Amino acid sequence: MIPLEHYLYISAALFSLGVFGVLTRRNAVNVLMSIELIFNSANINLVAFSRFVEGALGGQVFALLVIVIAACEAAVALAIVMSLYRVVKHVNLDDAAELKG
Amino acid sequence: MESMASAAIFYGVAVLVLGSALYVVVGKNLVHSAFALVAAFFGVAVFYVYLGADFLAGAQVLIYVGGILTLLLFGVMLTNRIYNLNLRSGAIQVVPGALSAGLVFALLVWIIQSVDWGAMDAGDPGPTSESIGRLLVGDYLLPFEIASVLLLIALMGAAMLVRRRGSGSS
Repeated sequence: MIPLEHYLYISAALFSLGVFGVLTRRNAVNVLMSIELIFNSANINLVAFSRFVEGALGGQVFALLVIVIAACEAAVALAIVMSLYRVVKHVNLDDAAELKG
Repeated sequence: MESMASAAIFYGVAVLVLGSALYVVVGKNLVHSAFALVAAFFGVAVFYVYLGADFLAGAQVLIYVGGILTLLLFGVMLTNRIYNLNLRSGAIQVVPGALSAGLVFALLVWIIQSVDWGAMDAGDPGPTSESIGRLLVGDYLLPFEIASVLLLIALMGAAMLVRRRGSGSS
């Protein structure tokens, strides 16, 4: 069987890749994709712990709620990106600095 | 023998997931990144199957691949001019970003190695949909209801945000 640590390593690598994407991508939609990677890495951890702890199905319920939150986040964030595109005609995050003081 | 094949498939899927995740964050073409994300989501669903979470694996494929990814692809298409065929996404601060991400990864690996998890494989729990359903309307009723209301509010808010001003006002 696959030991728990290997799931944790994969999840850690996925999380770091997501962090890298959030920090370096300029396109807002691409940043959203990286955030989805981070959500997935957290979910792997939750499900893995729920498997390796006896009778703890709560982790899977929690992962399900995380998926729901991810759907909300994607919908609202894409709506904001659309509004941004309508105003400034691009979705480059570091060029959208209109609110900068 | 069978467990060896299963382990080989697991590590193959792990490489696939990490490789497509890498392409998502460094690839130049946005549409290709979105399709690499499909591969990553499917791979994560395979992990859920390995962990015995059958219901979650189904939900992952339905919601992530069927819902969120379609939404993201719409986002890619609608925020670029339609004649702009090479949808590029540049990168900034690559060195500080790689440094921070590497630091986070090193920290996580250090934590994983230094903690004695003492975890034993609890065995395949069998079909989980019934128990998850009972938990959702039992122990976890309040989070479940809050999540439903949050979803409703978020979707209404999203529709409100992208509505064209001036149209639809009666």
